Amino acid sequence: MTAPSPQNKPVAVWPLITAVAFAAAALATLVLIDNQKILGLALAGIAAICLAAARFGGVAATEAAASENPWLLRGLILIAAVAVLFVLRDDNFGLLMVATVLIYATVCIGLTIQMGYAGLTNFAAAAFVGTGGYTAAMLGQKGGLPDALVLLGGGLVAVFIGSLLILPVLRTRGHYAALTTLAFGVLFNVFLDANELLGGPQGLKIPGINLFGWNFSNDLHILGFTFSFYVNYVILTGVLTALAMILAGLLDKSWIGVWLDVVRLDETAASVFGLRIGTWKILAFTLGNFLAGLMGAVYAKMTGFIAPANFTFGDSLVMVSIVILGGIGNRWGVLPAALIVVLLPEKLQFIQEYRLLLYAILVIIILIARPDGLVARRVRALRMETR
Amino acid sequence: MGMIGQHLLNGMMQGTIYGLVAMGFTIFFGVMNVIKFSHGDVLTLGAFGGLVAVWATHSLGLSVPMQFVAAFAAAMLLSAVAGAGISHFLIMPLRNAPPLNMLLMTMMVGTVLREAIRLFFPNGTNPQRFPELLPSGGFNIGSSFFRTDALILIVAGIASIGVVYWIINRTKFGLAMRAVAEDVETARTMGINFARVIPLTFALGSITAGFAGTIYGLYYSEINYGMGLLLAVIGFTAAIVGGLGNIWGAIVGGYLFAGLQTFVVAAIPSMSDYKNVFAFVLIIMLITWRPTGLLAERGSERV
Repeated sequence: MTAPSPQNKPVAVWPLITAVAFAAAALATLVLIDNQKILGLALAGIAAICLAAARFGGVAATEAAASENPWLLRGLILIAAVAVLFVLRDDNFGLLMVATVLIYATVCIGLTIQMGYAGLTNFAAAAFVGTGGYTAAMLGQKGGLPDALVLLGGGLVAVFIGSLLILPVLRTRGHYAALTTLAFGVLFNVFLDANELLGGPQGLKIPGINLFGWNFSNDLHILGFTFSFYVNYVILTGVLTALAMILAGLLDKSWIGVWLDVVRLDETAASVFGLRIGTWKILAFTLGNFLAGLMGAVYAKMTGFIAPANFTFGDSLVMVSIVILGGIGNRWGVLPAALIVVLLPEKLQFIQEYRLLLYAILVIIILIARPDGLVARRVRALRMETR
Repeated sequence: MGMIGQHLLNGMMQGTIYGLVAMGFTIFFGVMNVIKFSHGDVLTLGAFGGLVAVWATHSLGLSVPMQFVAAFAAAMLLSAVAGAGISHFLIMPLRNAPPLNMLLMTMMVGTVLREAIRLFFPNGTNPQRFPELLPSGGFNIGSSFFRTDALILIVAGIASIGVVYWIINRTKFGLAMRAVAEDVETARTMGINFARVIPLTFALGSITAGFAGTIYGLYYSEINYGMGLLLAVIGFTAAIVGGLGNIWGAIVGGYLFAGLQTFVVAAIPSMSDYKNVFAFVLIIMLITWRPTGLLAERGSERV
């Protein structure tokens, strides 16, 4: 006797297509609009559509369609990305913002692996980003190294610096663990400020990327259209974000994800079941720091300038708040959250000065009203059906 | 060798401030099991309140001692109200949330206070000059010069630590606090007004912060909106090194941190910009060695 399995029912794909098209259109609109009032109206409209979609089951339908047709999802995202790039092709500022959003999102995917999956508190994300940035700056000054190695070096040095913290991170729990990363973040900033070799408070200048003979500082000419050189950076950061997303997805879907869940939820139970807690914590910590360092190097190369003021404790808190906003442990959530956190202050000038204040108030409200973040992570559904 | 006196005095001064801040962390943790990371910014708020009080009393033409008293009174009152308010409106509703959420929330409260001072205090982005209210000058012992105001402030700081210790261990309110720390449910059945003890506890811890903030302003003659952040990290560090929830540990931790900083400055003057780096590295190593602090938290009596 076989009960009808709900999974055999065909899932409509049109909600997925609509959702991706809507996301692309919303992104392009937000980046393109300069008038503050119209931007406010557009934001309200987008929020209303999102709420309505959530209310009438659109979000669930989209999720179902996405999980049933992963390749369709990837193809749609690719098409949407190309379309957005084409629309924004000569908007330097807009493209810079999109690349910055992607950098923040990727760092926060790393932070999600650390905080959301493994339950490791990390209040020094900005310090690891800064490690990558300064590594890129120093390697660039020496010259001669190909930029692919420079970027990779940013990630690896962040991993190395992070590994110095492994022992305290593994040995401490709770508040004591929070302190080690907190102290490290402050230490890093004080160190940068005092260090003459690293430019002190004035910071360092860095040349742009030249990857495999592809100079990122040149505009692109394709089919008679001119694309701003920032398109290079958007493509690079987009590819890195996609890779990080796939990595986090593979982690989440595999047994490693289950083990990380167990380690996060109950260390005693994990050790009773014979899990090597240390191994999985180190894996999560290392992966997260690598992503932070790598993106730090890309960020430094893209903006051409870094200073200690870019990597303060406040910046670490902004990154943690992106993770919280997106829903702790929900890797898709970091994309819209990073978009809101990075884009809004840039676009709405009156927010610029008040942005830290507003994030802080926003996060407090979210922590009180929705302790699991705006879009909570789904409880893992174990599929016991025959496959 | 004439510098030893100055280093010693400076270390004592910083250690007293750190100890006062760490004591607040310990009180909150002991009673409610929370880290109130906005503690440093409550300190800043208190210091700015003290500054405004000095301005106000000065413009009213009151004498310098009156200004001095007004500065401390305003700072302590303001920080007490802020501390009690934060506990009542934010910490109590969230007290069953995961520790990370609570830590993050109080960090964000601290950010709100810090940013609010920066944005809304007149010329808040720049450091503010704190008036000198204590007699300047000092005296020499051997070749060491001792600042009179620093000695007065150290004595006042240590006395205030003593007063807090007395309140916790010798008064009825302290008894209620310790009962709540021990077991909330039992304390309530024994007739302790939980809803009143908690805000008062937070007020007490925050008063020490306001006190420390004013001492800081008087000693360094300058306060700024961001000073609370580093003081909070150092105070938190000191409390943790001493062992969270242990009041003596917090004070030992505070002086230890100041001692490390002072040692770096005195032994390797060229590296004095890195004093906090050294201190934090040593503290992280210390935590690795003793993951629950030097004086481990005692199970039965936490405050």
